[in-house]
Amino acid sequence: MIRQLRQGFSKIYRGWGRRLGIGLPYIWLIIFFLLPFLIVLKISLSEPVLSQPPYSALTTFSDSMLQIKLNLSNYLLVSEDELYLDALMNSLKVALVSTLLCLLLGYPMAYTIATVQQRWRHILLMMIILPFWTSFLIRVYAWIGILKPQGILNNLLLSLGIIDEPLTILHTQLAVYIGIVYSYLPFMVLPLYANLAKLNQNLLEAAADLGARPVTSFLRITLPLSLPGIIAGSMLVFIPAVGEFVIPDLLGGPDSLMVGKLMWTEFFSNKDWPLASALALTILIILVVPFIAMQRLHQRYEDRDS
Amino acid sequence: MKWRNLIMGLVAFGYAFLYIPVMLLVIYSFNESRLVTVWGGFSFKWYGEVLKNESLLNAAWLSLRIATVNATFAVALGTLAAYSLNRYRRFRGRGGFELLLAAPLVMPDVIIGLSLLLLFVSLEQLIGWPPGRGFTTISIAHITFSLAYAAVVIRGRIGQLDPLLEEAAMDLGAKPFTVFLRITLPLLAPALISAWLLAFTLSLDDLVIASFVSGPGSTTLPMWIYSSVRLGVKPEVNALATLMLLFVVIIVLFSGRIFNRKR
Repeated sequence: MIRQLRQGFSKIYRGWGRRLGIGLPYIWLIIFFLLPFLIVLKISLSEPVLSQPPYSALTTFSDSMLQIKLNLSNYLLVSEDELYLDALMNSLKVALVSTLLCLLLGYPMAYTIATVQQRWRHILLMMIILPFWTSFLIRVYAWIGILKPQGILNNLLLSLGIIDEPLTILHTQLAVYIGIVYSYLPFMVLPLYANLAKLNQNLLEAAADLGARPVTSFLRITLPLSLPGIIAGSMLVFIPAVGEFVIPDLLGGPDSLMVGKLMWTEFFSNKDWPLASALALTILIILVVPFIAMQRLHQRYEDRDS
Repeated sequence: MKWRNLIMGLVAFGYAFLYIPVMLLVIYSFNESRLVTVWGGFSFKWYGEVLKNESLLNAAWLSLRIATVNATFAVALGTLAAYSLNRYRRFRGRGGFELLLAAPLVMPDVIIGLSLLLLFVSLEQLIGWPPGRGFTTISIAHITFSLAYAAVVIRGRIGQLDPLLEEAAMDLGAKPFTVFLRITLPLLAPALISAWLLAFTLSLDDLVIASFVSGPGSTTLPMWIYSSVRLGVKPEVNALATLMLLFVVIIVLFSGRIFNRKR
């Protein structure tokens, strides 16, 4: 009897533990992550006004008439004005090229870490993780001193006699590429490493036994099997790079307008909250597709592992 | 052999690329000259300037307080999320939960910042809370994205736990909550500590989201740095950056020791 009672109690307990465990973080994310997007949607359909807060209400109620006014002009502006289209296209281009550069540099690094002796592997891996812990802002800032006209790089090249006059790198698109590759490289290397470390070495040995040269077995075995790692790493670089603000702001110039920086300017300088909201949703819609693709792949991978 | 050389060259370049900028920053923080990139002799001068700058110290103090609150809440919520996803294999809305937990990891900062600000403004109009923006709103914003990172770190560790230990405790009559408290949590301790430290540094590093959700009078350390470097390189910032790097290296060494002892 007592035993049954205890079991009954523990069942109730368990139910509560379960509800709390799932519910608390879930509700937190719904309120502070999901709900805000609905508000962004609402405000993107309003008009900017000079008041506090600086947007109009969507619904008005007067003379027993409920009026709903949806202002689509922000979206029309974003889709028609060249400034916004250019910024969007440029952001996608910069993110894509940076992702490819990260892959080009990150793949050999991940491959080397996955194949060196255990002793070296820890050190090399630690050196990839360490930048995660150091301030992103400060690492981007470090490039200003290197790239500026009288900066460390130009001084070095001038004193070596390689160039005659300082190169203009800071405040150009090139500086943005350098900054993004530099900041996001670890995000590419880590998933690639996790993937390559799990690679079954027997497959490579079998290929070698059957007479395949290393390059062939790399192209036919390693590369196809590491595709999930390549996709995961690429998404981790591409998605945040599209909306990047700090790097184009500190390192970029007039030729490297990106949509994240444009949104910041609309919000902070022009105080146009509705337009900034419309821009935010536009970025979001563009990024939903790659994000869902990444999630799907990840899920499939997890299911297979467990 | 030629391939091997090319690969080694790329790897060396990659590591040099990751580390040289920061090293140069540290070296030039000891530069006497105000012209940051011209060497004018060794000096601790700029470190003195950092410690005398009151607005900087205020910003640093605010950031440290926010980072502490953030890390604590993020780890608590992240642990619950990681534990539930690991233990309760099937429940309604699991897919949505996974999605919401992964999205903050890649979502551009400007979007998180703007959307949270608009939420806070709407809430204030609607229910009068939060009153104004500052410490509370920045902390909430940071917890929201840090908890996703904390959950990733903790999930990695929960997956490796031996389920037999918990089963044994259950068989001996411990209630589920007791098992969680006395068995699961202590086994998770190293992951909890590194998740806490990661959430702490993420918060200390955030410029964009904090800029959106902060109010007048609440300037965090990254906001202070940003407003002073917008117009170029400042030797004080180099010194400050070096101090922050030192702080991080100490934290990493410290957490490394905890890990090794546990192993």
